[in-house]
Amino acid sequence: MRVRCAVATGLGVAAPNGLGTENYWTATLQSVTGIRPISRFDATVYPVKLAGEVRGFEPAEHLPSRLIPQTDHMTRLALTAAAWALADAGVDPGSLPEYDAGVVTASSCGGFEFGQRELENLWGRAPGHVSAYQSFAWFYAVNTGQISIRHGIRGPSGVLVTDDAGGLDAVGHARRLIRNGTPLVVSGGADSSLCPWGLVAQLPCGMLATGQEPDSGYLPFDERAGGYVPGEGAAIIVLEDADAARRRGARCYGEIAGYAATFDPRPGSGRPSGLRRAIELALADADVTPSEVDVVFADAAGVRELDRVEASAINSVFGPYGVPVTAPKTMTGRLHAAGAALDLAAALLAITNGIIPPTVNVRPAQEYQLNLVTGTPLRARLRTALLIARGYSGFNAAMLVRGVA
Amino acid sequence: MQKFTLDDLRTIMRACAGEAESIDLEDDILDMSFEELGYDSIALLETAGRIERSTGIAIADNDLTILGTPRALVDLVNSGYSREAVT
Repeated sequence: MRVRCAVATGLGVAAPNGLGTENYWTATLQSVTGIRPISRFDATVYPVKLAGEVRGFEPAEHLPSRLIPQTDHMTRLALTAAAWALADAGVDPGSLPEYDAGVVTASSCGGFEFGQRELENLWGRAPGHVSAYQSFAWFYAVNTGQISIRHGIRGPSGVLVTDDAGGLDAVGHARRLIRNGTPLVVSGGADSSLCPWGLVAQLPCGMLATGQEPDSGYLPFDERAGGYVPGEGAAIIVLEDADAARRRGARCYGEIAGYAATFDPRPGSGRPSGLRRAIELALADADVTPSEVDVVFADAAGVRELDRVEASAINSVFGPYGVPVTAPKTMTGRLHAAGAALDLAAALLAITNGIIPPTVNVRPAQEYQLNLVTGTPLRARLRTALLIARGYSGFNAAMLVRGVA
Repeated sequence: MQKFTLDDLRTIMRACAGEAESIDLEDDILDMSFEELGYDSIALLETAGRIERSTGIAIADNDLTILGTPRALVDLVNSGYSREAVT
């Protein structure tokens, strides 16, 4: 039987360096960073001073008043990006047959800001002061639920929780649903944990950057690398069965050509990371050879040991300096579940526009032997892009996207 | 206790659940059903929580579900309802 092909037909982006896909893409090509001193709360007593915050987002401008009391900030970003993605795709899922559309999103943190406020009410006042919406607003599955309710989407749906690998894992699962016969799936990721509770919860991993200067806070593949800057955002992608998309005359950004996920062995086992295997499996799934890959969007942890593992995996597949590599997330920080979804949007825009967005601020360390696109964008004929994403505690994901000629 | 009015309820409903786009809460909503007004069970729970905070009257979840309209809810609060009296 013929395997159905999943194509991206709509993008919606709420990123620290741009609200809306066009603003994000323009900022990214102009090397405009969204990393700044934390402004959402007083961070002076915390070791982390920088974050990629989405600026200028007024929920009431984007959402009906019904949805505001019951949603955390990350859900508002997810709902807004989903509405933009569907508008971009020119499709109303509610007008499709009842089970013809699904939602699969990733979120790592859930609604921390909402949760913190309600826990403060619980401990500082009384149980009766806790919002009834706490029952779902904190939950990492809530974005999928709210998107499905708002847009009348009742087909196969789900949620992935794999930290920063989540954006790719969600889209990988969405592709699986399309292959199984669901014509349209709204997918991607959203996360925000830029409140005291959310930030403190991330501190024990020991990988957050503690610098104060936005231009040197997050420097993956650089000798000065000292951790990552946390960020927030949402990137939603409308995926459709290619035939269904063609029938309705949809614009197509590219095909999700291959995907694989692996898990690292336990620390201290002496066995290698599963990242290389994820890349090789994704290439095999797409039936693409390394020489056919035109650009790699790196996970870019910004932690020396993790950068080493990633560079080694890339070089073992492509050879030293064997393929252009970029990390536009140096302009946003790491957005957790939204991060790889945002990279996917960037990769689709890169292929569509024939331009590789840059990695900013980084002076590539020789030891990594990477052909890193730094400083300014690089014009190139792009057909196939590889995305790499890793989540805390061992998640690896790789995805191949291909332009549709 | 001061009388609990429809306007008090409107204020609480807006804070709890906003307004459905097709509904104006300023209209004569006394005898419309909460369902028609677009308030689901969780929105009602949230409403009851805020009523309790402002009036001290705690409405049991089970009783809440059988109140169909703003009029029934306002009347219940003004009747000096107490959970103990019902259960």
